[in-house]
Amino acid sequence: MSTLQIDFGHAKPRIVGIDLGTTNSLVAVMDLTGPRILSGIVPSVVSVTKSGEVIAGAEAREMLITHPERTVYSVKRLMGRGVGDVQDELKLFPFHVVPADAEGSESVLKLQLGDKIMTPPEVSAYILRKLKEDAEDVLGAEVTQAVITVPAYFNDAQRQATKDAGRIAGLEVLRLVNEPTAAALAYGLDKRKEGLVAVYDLGGGTFDISILRLHDGIFEVLATNGDTHLGGDDIDNLLLNIALEDIQSEWGEDVSGNASLVQMLRRAVIQAKEALSFAPAAMIDLEYGPRQYQREIDVELFNRLIEPIVERTLGPCRNCIKDAGITVEQINETVMVGGSTRIPLVRSAVERLFRKRPHTELNPDEVVALGAAVQAGILGGEVEDKLLLDVTPLSLGIETMGGLMSKLIHRNSTIPASETELFTTAVDGQTNVLIHVLQGERELVKDCRSLARFDLKDIDPMIAGMARIQVRFLIDANGILNVTAKDLRTGKEHSMDVKPSYGLTDDQVEAMILESYDKAEEDFKERQIREARVEADAILGAVDKAKEDDAYQALAQEDRTAIDRSINELRLAYHSDDHLLIRDQIEKLNQATMALAEAIMNEAVGKALKGTNIND
Amino acid sequence: MRFYDALGLEPKLALDSDDLKKRFYDRSRQWHPDRFSRGTSEEKKRSEEMTSMLNDAFRTLRDPVTRAEYFLRESGLELSKDAPPELLEEVFELNMALEELRGGDESARGQLVSAQERFTGMLADADSGLGGLFTSYDGKPDAAVLEQIRATLNRRKYVSNLVRDVEKELNVHSAN
Repeated sequence: MSTLQIDFGHAKPRIVGIDLGTTNSLVAVMDLTGPRILSGIVPSVVSVTKSGEVIAGAEAREMLITHPERTVYSVKRLMGRGVGDVQDELKLFPFHVVPADAEGSESVLKLQLGDKIMTPPEVSAYILRKLKEDAEDVLGAEVTQAVITVPAYFNDAQRQATKDAGRIAGLEVLRLVNEPTAAALAYGLDKRKEGLVAVYDLGGGTFDISILRLHDGIFEVLATNGDTHLGGDDIDNLLLNIALEDIQSEWGEDVSGNASLVQMLRRAVIQAKEALSFAPAAMIDLEYGPRQYQREIDVELFNRLIEPIVERTLGPCRNCIKDAGITVEQINETVMVGGSTRIPLVRSAVERLFRKRPHTELNPDEVVALGAAVQAGILGGEVEDKLLLDVTPLSLGIETMGGLMSKLIHRNSTIPASETELFTTAVDGQTNVLIHVLQGERELVKDCRSLARFDLKDIDPMIAGMARIQVRFLIDANGILNVTAKDLRTGKEHSMDVKPSYGLTDDQVEAMILESYDKAEEDFKERQIREARVEADAILGAVDKAKEDDAYQALAQEDRTAIDRSINELRLAYHSDDHLLIRDQIEKLNQATMALAEAIMNEAVGKALKGTNIND
Repeated sequence: MRFYDALGLEPKLALDSDDLKKRFYDRSRQWHPDRFSRGTSEEKKRSEEMTSMLNDAFRTLRDPVTRAEYFLRESGLELSKDAPPELLEEVFELNMALEELRGGDESARGQLVSAQERFTGMLADADSGLGGLFTSYDGKPDAAVLEQIRATLNRRKYVSNLVRDVEKELNVHSAN
């Protein structure tokens, strides 16, 4: 056993694939036989305990009921967003948001949990750390590199926030992969698959539609569309609001301020929602102290309630087909991804729109993580015959005179994609030029998403129009913007300051890494030592007990000396910080006690046999 | 012309779309950043640059219209933004009809629908005309042919904007 683990440590480091979901997260890895899920589903919930410890996953989910005010769920909906963006849903979240500073709504959102203040990337980092640890436990080796999936329709700030979360968690994020694309990769792993595939991905908080052409191992995304604020959460909130109103009229009390009750009710409506995918009716059932609330919801009512939500997914689908330059008849297959695609109304709407029965045979909860693992295999060089060609979901542009957006890179361009633009000064002696970079499809700046402001500074004072600075906008394979500037007069790179509109600056991320994960690298080692010590305790205890056995006295003197020596050596190694040494000594003690174990075993078997005889 | 270079092609106006796609896929397989994730930072940078150029090139060249626009630009010819003189009268009437529909006069709808059909036909004519001009120029590079291509592209661009505007207006009002 221990030998095997040591061997693993020397192998090429494994890249894991992570589905960082709104509701649940998963980690997977590429094996020789294909992608494999490592450990179980980790609920995307993070909680701060009274003592200030931060926990993530199933444990944290329990805290939603007991300590809702210090527990965060669905943090993905807050990634890369400003306070102004999320007012509506904040009403339903039990935790507090630190109010925006005087600068206005364009700044990173901060959450107050107990006495800790955290940004969404920091919260997500705790989920990622949990997944990293789970993966390390299964693989028996440290994990430092990952592929993380994001909704295809995530903008630059949301992608950057996800990448930051990885860095804070001690993971080098080798690639961000779009969720529907990852799903297609898992789905089309079979090399013979060819043709046009539509992936409809309705998850806990986001909706994506992507159309891909599969050809000879190449997965080429033709177009993508979606809504990063649409998913199962919205259905939960609809049901929750109905239940809250019911309770108000039944109990004569507004309970919406009671965070603990609201979370229990949320759990009850989710149960009812899930049951409605399989039954004609379901009960929302809440017991709160001596009081009870019950309400039956039938499929007919449920469908009527959620129809607007399902309808909202169809517009992006139609636009996506149009952008892909194809007709609906040309699509060979439709693949369903995300837990919300279990809802029959969603399935029938998709079937009607695409005019064919969608594929539902893949587990919609796992397929994205599996695809991420395949992409990890591509990056690691284990998968050589596959290649993803993805696109940028939104057009990228800059602000021009009169508050207009001038597009430089159009949506659905294959990434990496780039464009250069020449900038100059407008007045004599001007020493800096401000570039406001935006993402979106609308013509006016105010209708687009501000990404960042770049300040080309320290321009030598000269006559207006003489400066010539070439700025290159590159959207990399992660869908993240990189900007570089070159002074054409000197041929040198031109420096600039970057102020992300809704993201963290590089320095901020670095500070967070130092601050909250000082010991991140030590961590895996510590855990291995801890585990080795637990094993050492077990064997030392067993040997102590065995020494009381008659069989021990029957051993030759030299065998007993050998055992004692091994015990001493293990005790010495026990306090070292070298887990391999501890395991070596465990192995030696194992060897030394082999004869003893055999003797005890024989004795036990003998006794057992004798016992049988007597009873007969 | 660097976009042609990126795909290993001679600068020609007429291209075989299957061949173009094959070249794009083959080069993507070789150059894509996924192939260099464990490479040096220099290799990564080079891969990113070559792939972004390849993607930009394929996007521009696969569509005959953007390809011809690129070809003209590289040859020192710019497209104009003015209305083609032969369409002036028709555009004037069209704008009147659009105004009427915006003002709620439904009788303008029929005129707009037939204008839409006529313009869509013009687009198709322009497209099929381009193919012939492409082969002609590729066979014997003649500045007069290039000029003809430019005129066709100008008209095409203008007409396609008209079709878009008319479509938008018809949709807005049918939605009400």
